[in-house]
Amino acid sequence: MDTVFGVQYEGGVILAADQSNARSILLYQTNLDKVKELTSHSAMGVSGPNCDMVNFCEFVAKNIKLYELSNDIKLSTHAQANFARGELATALRKGPFQVNTLLGGFDNKVGASLYYLDYMAALQKVNYGSQGYASNFCLSIMDKEYRDDLNEADAVKIVEQCIHELHTRFLISQKNFIIKVVDKDGVRLYSQGADPADS
Amino acid sequence: MAFFGPESAIGSDILDIGSRKALTKRQRGIGVDLGVPGQFDVPNVPDPALYCRSNFASACGNADAGQEVKFAKGTTTLAFKFNGGIIVSVDSRSTMGYYIASGTVKKVIEINPFLLGTMAGGAADCSFWERNLGMECRLYELRNGRRITVAAASKLLANVMSAYRGYGLSMGTMITGWDETGPQLYYVDNDGTRLKGKYFSVGSGSMYAYGVLDNHWREDLSVEEAIDLGKRAIYHATHRDAASGGINNLYHVTADGWKYIHGIDVNDMHYEFAEEKKNAMSS
Repeated sequence: MDTVFGVQYEGGVILAADQSNARSILLYQTNLDKVKELTSHSAMGVSGPNCDMVNFCEFVAKNIKLYELSNDIKLSTHAQANFARGELATALRKGPFQVNTLLGGFDNKVGASLYYLDYMAALQKVNYGSQGYASNFCLSIMDKEYRDDLNEADAVKIVEQCIHELHTRFLISQKNFIIKVVDKDGVRLYSQGADPADS
Repeated sequence: MAFFGPESAIGSDILDIGSRKALTKRQRGIGVDLGVPGQFDVPNVPDPALYCRSNFASACGNADAGQEVKFAKGTTTLAFKFNGGIIVSVDSRSTMGYYIASGTVKKVIEINPFLLGTMAGGAADCSFWERNLGMECRLYELRNGRRITVAAASKLLANVMSAYRGYGLSMGTMITGWDETGPQLYYVDNDGTRLKGKYFSVGSGSMYAYGVLDNHWREDLSVEEAIDLGKRAIYHATHRDAASGGINNLYHVTADGWKYIHGIDVNDMHYEFAEEKKNAMSS
């Protein structure tokens, strides 16, 4: 039911996710933050049950931090994605984390990068991507609009077109979306729905 | 509250609180780690998770219709934050299938003077794990010489729920209280979901309660208005939801801890509100 978007551009990557949490026919919240920051320069948009999202994100983020502290070097986005993939693959045969994610980050040497990672631990480096039912609506938009020379505003515009399409054609109500930018200055909140939960 | 301060905590005269690093449960070597799977007895069958799923199906919906053991369930509970604190309001009916097992259930669990938990879903699971939470919170106080935050307390419960996910537990609860960061409200359920919010309602009648809350809840309600809203939301839910009813128990949480406000029979409320409507129309 959840939706996650990611679009890479020259110098950064946009990550977006819906902010809803529903159970049965009831919508509990529309102000969650499902784009979790892993390090100062990487974030992960997550779709899946709240429990797995929180447990997996905290586990990955804290282990990356532990690695940084004990070895005194930062992990590249590539390394972070492969670490997360490894943990998902290990968990897969003993009670998996049911999370489908898009991991975006910025490294000084390679620039911005975006990784598609699903709960089956399939990892793929992509320029743009989407998770959830939304991909049925939005991959065509991304295919059409994506170019190699996008800037931040163009990339945000693609995400906004996707959100607009969901609001017009998608049955499930996803009132609010949170959009974050990862670039050389780190992770930054671009926009989110009114009245954010302070959790 | 001086009562919970580091120096004046209960037992501080005999316990060296804070002067020694707290031992982990394993180091202490007593009791069981109830939040850790495998530490808690599960049915002695080849696949305990499957056994629980087929004999103790989730209390949401009618998944237990064909099984021998039916859940005590059917509830409306709600809690909301406002400028004057937090209101926790619940009904008191417990049903097993078409049978009303009890009409006087206490669905607000008083974890400690500053923490309340509500009960929806399986009655046994809720009361057991919230009492267990009460014990963990008291141990935290004794180890650290200060009260646990609501965020941490709710996380302890959510960790238990996520550890036992798929084992057939049934619980939808709101953990509320007042800590050093002010009034706090969390929703925790048996899927391990933990949400922070301004207002929640849980149970089979929750949709009816949300109908009233969504239209009338404001941040700047006065205490009287807030109590009235909590009361009416529960009344309207019990009126439409056959599995909710009995008595409306209502609590108000402030910086001084929780206070029990009232326990009113929803049947009495029905006539009170009907009279009120009649008078409003004739005037």
